[in-house]
Amino acid sequence: MDNRKIYLDNNSTTPTDPRVVDAMVPYFHNIFGNAASRSHPFGWEAEEAVDYAREQVANLLEVDSKEIIFTSGATEGDNLGIKGVFEMYRRKGNHIITLTTEHKAVLDTCQKIEKEGGEVTYLEVDREGLVDLKKLEAAIKPNTILVSIMWANNETGVIQPMKEIGEICKKHGVLFFSDATQAVGKIPTHPKELGVHLMAFTAHKMYGPKGVGALFVNRKGPRVKVTAQLDGGGHERGMRSGTLNVPGIVGFGKAAEIAKKEMAQDAERLSKLRDRLEEGFKKLEEVYVNGSIENRMPHVTNISFKHVEGEGLMMTFNQNIAVSSGSACTSASLEPSYVLIALGLGDDLAHSSIRFSLGRFTKEEEIDYTLEKISAGVQHMRDLSPIWEMYKEGVDIDAIEWAEH
Amino acid sequence: MAYSEKVLEHFKNPRNVGTLDKGSNNVGTGLVGAPECGDVMRLQIEVDSDSGTIKDAKFKTFGCGSAIASSSLATEWLKGKTVDEAMKIDNMDIVEELALPPVKIHCSVLAEDAIKGAIADYQKKNGLEVTVDLTASH
Repeated sequence: MDNRKIYLDNNSTTPTDPRVVDAMVPYFHNIFGNAASRSHPFGWEAEEAVDYAREQVANLLEVDSKEIIFTSGATEGDNLGIKGVFEMYRRKGNHIITLTTEHKAVLDTCQKIEKEGGEVTYLEVDREGLVDLKKLEAAIKPNTILVSIMWANNETGVIQPMKEIGEICKKHGVLFFSDATQAVGKIPTHPKELGVHLMAFTAHKMYGPKGVGALFVNRKGPRVKVTAQLDGGGHERGMRSGTLNVPGIVGFGKAAEIAKKEMAQDAERLSKLRDRLEEGFKKLEEVYVNGSIENRMPHVTNISFKHVEGEGLMMTFNQNIAVSSGSACTSASLEPSYVLIALGLGDDLAHSSIRFSLGRFTKEEEIDYTLEKISAGVQHMRDLSPIWEMYKEGVDIDAIEWAEH
Repeated sequence: MAYSEKVLEHFKNPRNVGTLDKGSNNVGTGLVGAPECGDVMRLQIEVDSDSGTIKDAKFKTFGCGSAIASSSLATEWLKGKTVDEAMKIDNMDIVEELALPPVKIHCSVLAEDAIKGAIADYQKKNGLEVTVDLTASH
């Protein structure tokens, strides 16, 4: 039996880098103090470690360490950034603009805000998954307080035109929040250069531990404030109460330091492997890459294998290869990926999609194995597929009146 | 989601994959589902007109593992049955045999619909009274 296990689902989570784990270990037992304990060395040492990690994270973003608020992860960062701005600036206006392809942590937060008297515009994206800048600017109204646009999409890896969005926000005096979960640590993400005022991200997508993240909040020009969503001891400059996860934060800092050093070489190596994967799959017929090719993350590709259902395809290899699919069958909702549908893909292509997200520990031979194994899987599924047979016979599948159930 | 052993077995070694001549009077074809929904099942039966028994059954399915296993199992069950017996195959029998979880029940429903569709097609082609209730389909 083939016992290989290959992980190509790094957009879901990354393994913690062993160097990160080494940095964290002393903070569980030896240096275990509460960073908020001001009256003894146990607390001082913990605080020192947190301060150092805060510097490391700030360095990665090229921001001031006072602008980093530690959270439990990107979902909390999205909630704090968006709800926090909405509550803080409500007197100024109640309108928020976002995209239909945002992560659920943003979309569901926006829906909650709508229930609480906010107004939200959900802009559609083009076929490449990119925001239309003209539509964005046209959507800004006198009561608009915030634009929330993700840096890079989790399903397609498509990178939004952050600089141009930042300029539009600046011109209209609107705050710019970005869910940068998939971008931080993988590509340069310098919010101050691009006019991003708030930015949420998390350690476990960049080879750090799970359960720790951060929200960047701009302190100068403009000085941005958010209303706390967790009340208590007033930690993190009053914006996020709760005892700090010291080992997690130390690991996050180390992960940021490594990312700053190794990001460029990782990106170059992974984009070559990603291209190798795509080129290999293109040897099969009816294979489509979803989303912008030019503006995307170096380690991600989202591919539709037409006339093959994604979850079924995954069953041919998921004992050995981990990926994710936009097929409805992989979700509880029975709806295919809303992100791919927003790109204008038909439901059939969305059902046929597989996301490959490579990572720091992906090896070239794993890509070759993946190509071989999945190409065979596609062949197996097409041999079983009545739609593939019809396509081969020249039947126009779109012209058939399917009995939808 | 973890699949049952039986689903995995049918998925890896699907029975009776293929195509029968849909132009033949002895062959009934049921095509159900839609690509947009992520499942399309085509199930065919070949009936021995003298005995009224199903002597061959073939399928092709676009769908998840449970959909493929449901149709594979259906073809196994159909062979050797009379048309009347075949009509009695209930989707819950498939659910039970394959230990399908609740989110996959629609796969078994689709298989039942495909069986009924194939029988109805065979009956129509041969000028017989259509005895399956297609309006109950999903």
